[in-house]
Amino acid sequence: MAAVTSVGEAPLAAPAGRPRGMQAGRRKRLNAFRYVVFTLFAAFFLLPLLAMLRFSFEGSTLGTWSVAAWKQIVSYQGPPPLISSVEISLELGLLTSVVTLALLVPTMIWIRLRVQWISRAFEFLCLLPLTIPAIVLVVGLAPVYNKIRHYELSALMLFWAYVILALPYAYRALAAGLNAIDVKTLSEAARSLGARWFTVMFRVIAPNMWQAILNALLLSAALALGEFTIAYTLLYVNLQVELYSIDRNTPNASVIFSTSLAALLFAFVLLLIVSYAGRRRRRGMR
Amino acid sequence: MAVTAQAGARPVPPVRAGRRLRLPHWLGVTPFLAYVAIFLLLPTGIVVVNAFRSPTGALNLSSLKVLFESAERSYFTGSLELCLISSALGAVLGAVLAYAIASGNPDGAVRRLYIAVSGVLAQFGGVTLAFAFVVLIGPVGLLMHASWFYSFPWGIAVIYTYFQVPLMVLVFLPAIDGLKAQWREASDSLGSSTWQYWRYVGGPLLAPAFFGAALLLFANALSAFATIVAWENQIAYIVPQQIYVAINSEVGLSNVNQADVLALGMIILVAIIMTCYALLQRRAARWLR
Amino acid sequence: MTSPQTQNARKVAGRAAVEVRMEGLSRRYGAVVALDGFDLTVQAGELVALLGPSGCGKTTTLRLLAGLEDADAGTITVGGSDVTGLPASKRDMGMVFQAYSLFPHMTVRQNVSFGLRLRRVGSAQRDRRALEMLELVGLSSQADRYPHQISGGQQQRVALARALAIEPQVLLLDEPLSALDAKVRAQLRDEIRRIQLDVGITTLFVTHDQEEALAIADRVGVMREGHIEQLAPPVDVYSRPSTSFVAEFVGLTNRLPGTVSGSTVTVRGRDLPLVDLSTPGGTVTALVRPEAVTLAPDSGGPASSGPLTGTVIASTFLGATSRVTVDLGDLTIMAQLSTADAAEHPAGSRVSLTIRPDPVLVSVDAPADVEA
Repeated sequence: MAAVTSVGEAPLAAPAGRPRGMQAGRRKRLNAFRYVVFTLFAAFFLLPLLAMLRFSFEGSTLGTWSVAAWKQIVSYQGPPPLISSVEISLELGLLTSVVTLALLVPTMIWIRLRVQWISRAFEFLCLLPLTIPAIVLVVGLAPVYNKIRHYELSALMLFWAYVILALPYAYRALAAGLNAIDVKTLSEAARSLGARWFTVMFRVIAPNMWQAILNALLLSAALALGEFTIAYTLLYVNLQVELYSIDRNTPNASVIFSTSLAALLFAFVLLLIVSYAGRRRRRGMR
Repeated sequence: MAVTAQAGARPVPPVRAGRRLRLPHWLGVTPFLAYVAIFLLLPTGIVVVNAFRSPTGALNLSSLKVLFESAERSYFTGSLELCLISSALGAVLGAVLAYAIASGNPDGAVRRLYIAVSGVLAQFGGVTLAFAFVVLIGPVGLLMHASWFYSFPWGIAVIYTYFQVPLMVLVFLPAIDGLKAQWREASDSLGSSTWQYWRYVGGPLLAPAFFGAALLLFANALSAFATIVAWENQIAYIVPQQIYVAINSEVGLSNVNQADVLALGMIILVAIIMTCYALLQRRAARWLR
Repeated sequence: MTSPQTQNARKVAGRAAVEVRMEGLSRRYGAVVALDGFDLTVQAGELVALLGPSGCGKTTTLRLLAGLEDADAGTITVGGSDVTGLPASKRDMGMVFQAYSLFPHMTVRQNVSFGLRLRRVGSAQRDRRALEMLELVGLSSQADRYPHQISGGQQQRVALARALAIEPQVLLLDEPLSALDAKVRAQLRDEIRRIQLDVGITTLFVTHDQEEALAIADRVGVMREGHIEQLAPPVDVYSRPSTSFVAEFVGLTNRLPGTVSGSTVTVRGRDLPLVDLSTPGGTVTALVRPEAVTLAPDSGGPASSGPLTGTVIASTFLGATSRVTVDLGDLTIMAQLSTADAAEHPAGSRVSLTIRPDPVLVSVDAPADVEA
């Protein structure tokens, strides 16, 4: 029969004081590994940001310090004025996130409740934009946008395309939120108490996934803020396009970095708030 | 268990009566379908159809020959090289980081921090990232002047890694979370060492999710455009750059549908990748959900 | 005439059973003390069930024994050798978890032979042994299926086979039946006991279900807040509970006021013998089992009232038996009868009660109250 490892490796006498735990040792090794990993990655992620930070305080001659770049966010005239590109991008962010949510939230809840058989295909469609490159999409969007330009010239019209780009991220965030609650049971309970579909969706389900909704909102907005390809190829001007053209005309202009950092900080702070809000909610429910 | 109590029975709420219009349930999905049809499926369709148009407008396969000419092939080779390197780097490094995050406190500050950061940085590609790296390790870089910075593909691959790693963390972390503690404990109590656990249990279980995530990274790198444009736009190394040139240049009638053809090539590539990804995901989901 | 399965088990039990001794075990999680100075000895070949509410420390005990967690203090000795400092992988114990412990990417056969593979057993021998174990648990037909293709009860059997395949010295079961439905639970519970007896392996079984513990254990350890309240054979834990916690946790209890004098306690006019003859005299709460209470119709009319006459207010149907609640005016009492007998006393009827003179436990702490 099978030979089994003998137990006779430990001393027979009882160890004095606290026995040295094997789990504790393993945990220590793991923690050391984690610290090393976090430090290295933190350095890797921070260095470009720090470089940007340093450069955003760069004066007109290399090596000097000045806050001019930050003031330029508002004052840079372009053309077009930087501040107007910032505005456009912010508005696009808002528009994109709101429309994305309006499109996805009811649809996803509805699918989960009544049309589960579509969910595979639905997921496929939502994740498709992740892998249809924006540059490919824009080749096919060019004719569509030619039509749109007949009616409206503003760069805000980019939101139609941005919603598509935001779908995968918003879908994932919302799906995580829906998975965390038992949609079926909640809705059946609400329905058995007499609620109609509208109430079920917006007063029962949606409030229970508000972190996921916030998450999706922010991811969509962040995407709109950072988008370049479609705007650039369709010859619109948004924040990223303007930053690019500033660099083409005035290489390494500090205002590029001050603006980018401001945008990054904005998005990051919002995301942190969402994540903390999520934690507080969970605490309250215990 | 039936309780026959003295107290009277509570009245049952009345059932909702009345006629309701019996529409098929899938109609609720129509707004979404309409939107996606116009802004996703239609453009894709336009690309595919136009790729098969010859200069005279007829539909045939002649345009596809363009795909195999050496110039076009070089764009695809360039794309594939860059994607392979950046997704391999991103996958391995991202997996390590994801494991470090997953093995910590599930409610801890570190975990939430890194996930929030990953959410932002995965989006932070594009022009600002390229500029940041130029300022860091470019010709007038603050950290160093990397002579390889403007070389293809390694210089640009390093920049790609910056957003590939966070994406890997976002995609792969749930898989690591899905490794149940019981499997490790069962393996331990059956006598396995750490190495044996990863070799026979942990590794095989994570493999589909890992390679699926790597594929996602590959597709992500394939689509990247802004970063490389901001990094260096004099030469078109990869397909997206050439597509831009083809769309916005007025030069040469033979280029009329080069953009569509190149785009079709990318679509085919991506379709293959996504199919493999879906297959791997199914396996991973069955084990790790 | 032994069954093929018993013959199999005899083959499996190549080793002699060992004694497991835990002394002075302590474990705390932050500010919470799970175990403090815990002692338990499991005799060779014995099945001890640790029973208790959540948080009482029974699972912690098991995990300390398995080596999945480190004790802050104390020693664990298996078959005379000290294993306290050993990691789980070297403790030679088989463990069955509550759920989800089968490796999903391996077939049933591969799962069962995993431990052997780790010990570098050749593949032919591994397969043979795996099949033997699967026959022991009655699942040899499922050998090439994957865990997601078999039911929860079958998964737990495979987990058992996997744990026994390595011929461990000790078998540990952490609420293995909790995740299964009632019918499967009862079946599997008896099978586990049968296999354990046939193999003759020292076993520690953790559960919060008293029925399980009473049904299969040689001894039951009722735990509460990190220590054992009573460690005794099931019959004693049930009929001679040593503390009121045990009396109330295991089975149902009526709490009736009474007076102790000498070796009996007087409850509602009747004298009942005491479990603990050294109980001091005075007012106490007597803990009386519902099945010790019998009913008879009371023909005396509404005017008659004795300390043991009352009106039936509810009757709960439990299948073969029913639980009848009787209102005695100043308190209520539960009786457990066969359903046929209970049917003779529907709600509203007047009954008189008799209490069978089984030895009762009394407690001086809590006042008698209307039992829940």
